[in-house]
Amino acid sequence: MTDVVGHTGSALSVPPTVKSADAAPVVKRRRRRRDYGAPLGAVWLGLVVVGAITADWLPLADPNEIGNVFSATPGLGDHLLGTDILGRDILSRCVYGARISMAVGLGATALAMVVGVAFGMAAGYFRGAVDSTISLFVNFLMAFPPLMFLIALVAAMRPSLTNLVLGLALLGIPNFARIARANTIAFAEREFVTASKALGASPFRVLTRELLANVMLPVMSLMLVVMAALVVAEGSLSFLGLGVPPPTPSWGGMLADGRSQMNEHPHLVMIPGLFFFLTVFAFNRLGDWARGRIGRESSL
Amino acid sequence: MSTIEARTASRLLLQVRNLKVWFDTPRGLVRAVDGVDLDLRAGETLGIVGESGSGKSVLSRSIMKILAPSARVLPGSEIRLKGLDLATVSPKQNKHLWGVDLSMVFQDPMTSLTPVLTVGAQLTETLRFHLGLSRDQAEEEAIRLLTLVGIPEPAKRAKQYPHNLSGGMRQRVTIALAISCSPELLIADEPTTALDVTVQHQILNLLERLQADSGMGMVLITHDLGVVAGRADSIAVMYAGRIVEKAPTKRLFSNMRHPYTRALIDAIPRISHPSHTRLASIPGRPPVLIDPPQACGFAPRCPSAQPRCLSETPVLEPTPIDPAHASACFFPLGTPAGDAARENNIKAGVNAAGTAVNAGESTDGR
Amino acid sequence: MAGSGTAHLRASDDVVLDVRNLTVEYVGRRGERVFAVSDVSFDARRGETVGLVGESGCGKSSVAKAIMQLPPPTSGSVLVDGVEVTALKGSALRRRRDKLQMIFQDPISSLNPLRRVKDIIAEGLRIHGELSKGEIETRVRTIIERVGLDPDTAPDRRPHEFSGGQCQRISIARAMVLDPQVVICDEPVSALDVSVQAQIMNLLEEMKARYELTMVFIAHDLAVIKNLSDRVVVMYLGKICEVADSDALFAAPLHPYTRALIQSIPEPDPEAGIQEAALSGDLPSPSNPPSGCRFRTRCPRVQDICSREEPEIREAAPGRFAACHFPLLEAATAPEQGELASA
Repeated sequence: MTDVVGHTGSALSVPPTVKSADAAPVVKRRRRRRDYGAPLGAVWLGLVVVGAITADWLPLADPNEIGNVFSATPGLGDHLLGTDILGRDILSRCVYGARISMAVGLGATALAMVVGVAFGMAAGYFRGAVDSTISLFVNFLMAFPPLMFLIALVAAMRPSLTNLVLGLALLGIPNFARIARANTIAFAEREFVTASKALGASPFRVLTRELLANVMLPVMSLMLVVMAALVVAEGSLSFLGLGVPPPTPSWGGMLADGRSQMNEHPHLVMIPGLFFFLTVFAFNRLGDWARGRIGRESSL
Repeated sequence: MSTIEARTASRLLLQVRNLKVWFDTPRGLVRAVDGVDLDLRAGETLGIVGESGSGKSVLSRSIMKILAPSARVLPGSEIRLKGLDLATVSPKQNKHLWGVDLSMVFQDPMTSLTPVLTVGAQLTETLRFHLGLSRDQAEEEAIRLLTLVGIPEPAKRAKQYPHNLSGGMRQRVTIALAISCSPELLIADEPTTALDVTVQHQILNLLERLQADSGMGMVLITHDLGVVAGRADSIAVMYAGRIVEKAPTKRLFSNMRHPYTRALIDAIPRISHPSHTRLASIPGRPPVLIDPPQACGFAPRCPSAQPRCLSETPVLEPTPIDPAHASACFFPLGTPAGDAARENNIKAGVNAAGTAVNAGESTDGR
Repeated sequence: MAGSGTAHLRASDDVVLDVRNLTVEYVGRRGERVFAVSDVSFDARRGETVGLVGESGCGKSSVAKAIMQLPPPTSGSVLVDGVEVTALKGSALRRRRDKLQMIFQDPISSLNPLRRVKDIIAEGLRIHGELSKGEIETRVRTIIERVGLDPDTAPDRRPHEFSGGQCQRISIARAMVLDPQVVICDEPVSALDVSVQAQIMNLLEEMKARYELTMVFIAHDLAVIKNLSDRVVVMYLGKICEVADSDALFAAPLHPYTRALIQSIPEPDPEAGIQEAALSGDLPSPSNPPSGCRFRTRCPRVQDICSREEPEIREAAPGRFAACHFPLLEAATAPEQGELASA
């Protein structure tokens, strides 16, 4: 009797962990590497969101109050993370700045998702002329370089939070429309959709009752990635002075303000930069995690 | 099909002993094949019949050594081809083992065909690699093989790609590939399941003819008892990773001993029955093979099941009358104990596992 | 063969489904015109099961979809209980759909993975619903029990918690809860294991008796067709070859194609013997069907006329209809009309 029987090909054989044929299975299970990125990301995003919402009630300094000490180093005095060149509290400005980032990240993404999914599902379900028209519109949106598009948009309209959200939402629509369309086409071929039509469901009912939830699963994982992209886009615009007009604090604006003093007072850039980086990173990690989960679920 | 002379003159071609293949899945260890013994003589056909999940495909894949990476072949398992333990064959020898000594036909022809090469190129490549033929010889041989498997206009077909061919033609090509190096053992895993009934008939006849001409051994794996009934010398019925009954074909059909075999045959609709014949269905569904209990896997669905069937696993034992006929049942059909067990269950209206048993069903298809 | 002609249609009040001159054509992947169904007519009486059988590519599934108007046929008429459904559009057609239901082949794909069983089954009632919430719940519960699932645990589960056979039961419940007149079953047992297949076939027979259903049962497995059907329609390459009562057809096929099909069935009986290959060659392409009789390229009885003239369906023997110039009359007129004794 051979001790080692590796039939899986090659010389790689199974370690003889099973002693007798009837013993309980003690063949080693392969371990999955634990991923701490996603939960930590969720904690960070939770803090940012809660901070942004409750900023007015938190024991923070007024973010726009000009102080005496200019460009104070972190840890000095009453300013935990120091002050900027105008002596404004950086922690407070970062927390209030999160409002803009989150408003844009969540608001613009949600808007883009609603419009994009509606268009994408209509295109994927009805095909034909509806599909051609919507696809043309989507391709039209995608043909613009994003930053150019935003600069043009801001130049044409007054820079305000609403306009910023609208502009960024417009940028996010193609992503959602495309993934919704592709998934609608795939699911529409499944027999449960035919079954629903056979029961007498109207197209609207088929789309909302049968297809929407199935299409939303892959859309959700994309949503986090789009949020990250839109937060970056908002940051870039604010950095260029095309975002929310001052003195409203925003991370991009803080980076731009601190740029001139970067050599003497690196914290002016480092701290808002860190907020920015952690937030975008957290969105992406969560997005990867969600994509993995949804992939597993749909393969069941 | 082999003949009586072949059987007497034969030697053991394939020998499987205590084969156990378990799968590591997120939900636990699946005992896909759980202690299987098989013998096949040269020139004979062994039919392996089972439903999905019975382990029949895993069994064939372990013989071919093409199991998924998550599969574990347990120590103590033995697969011998002409006495040679396949586990000890190194990959270097392996490359000529597969194709020359044993080869396989799959359910989906595209498993063994590549879409990017012409049919002829795939055949000649195999022939040159295994047999060392020259290009011209190989091309000639490829045409001969395509003619042999009944492909019209073989020279023209050899220049075509698999997607230009119909499903039946593709399966013929994979058979040509499989027999190209005159293997001693051909494993056909559901070779006709994806095909229409008239084409299935052609392919099964073809396999039978090729086998008679070459004297190779064949393992024919199927879910359809009808496919093996007229074509296999002996049949092994698998259920829940084990062989529950094994016998020469005619003996199996005339004297089945395992209640599962009986139930499986009774559940098949037949052309010879008048329409609207009520089928004797098997209640419930096959068991999940994760950490199965010490019990007969069929007991919960079995009209003969007794308390003993729920606490002990029956082993495959030869019957007293015919050593070639073996079954794994404590209360086999046609024995006093088996008849008593079934009668008692019918009287009680329920088997030991609590499944309803009624008199009309599972006796004779009516 | 050619399936044109209407000789086999029955003039009767209790014809619930009347399909006439059904034609389905579409443009294939390479832009070629595919003649999936060409001039097919058949009817079904109340409480009758009509079996539609043929090999892949014969157009039987296209017939099912055309009857369901999913999508509507290229031309032809479909009368369900006297109503011309091909003339209905939009919401008028949708309102009519409760009379005409369908059961699908793939038990997994035909159920929405994200919905609960009770919602899947109640969907039809809600769409057509004049029923109250409570009434719907009672009806759903009753039907779940009737198809053999546990009415206490099943309703709140989702499809992936069930096996293939159980999913098919859910599918059947979804169709039956609407109390339809006609049910189209498109290969409902083909994806199931033998042991489960028998359960579902028995369940369909029970449902048919209980709800007085008229069924169109589509399958490629002749034994399944024979078991469930009262009348059988054999199709080949988009046309009908033969129509007859189930037992008569299998006892003595008239059309050479029907005979070839029957001879190809592997019977689970080692004494049955194996026939020489009944048919050679493959199915011709449905985008370029042969002239005359479409079966002529594979027919063992082919003559010159078969390529020139398309045979109409005619009554070749009493109650037996075949579309063939040279039907196998010697077999049909033999006295043994009943069944092949073997069991």
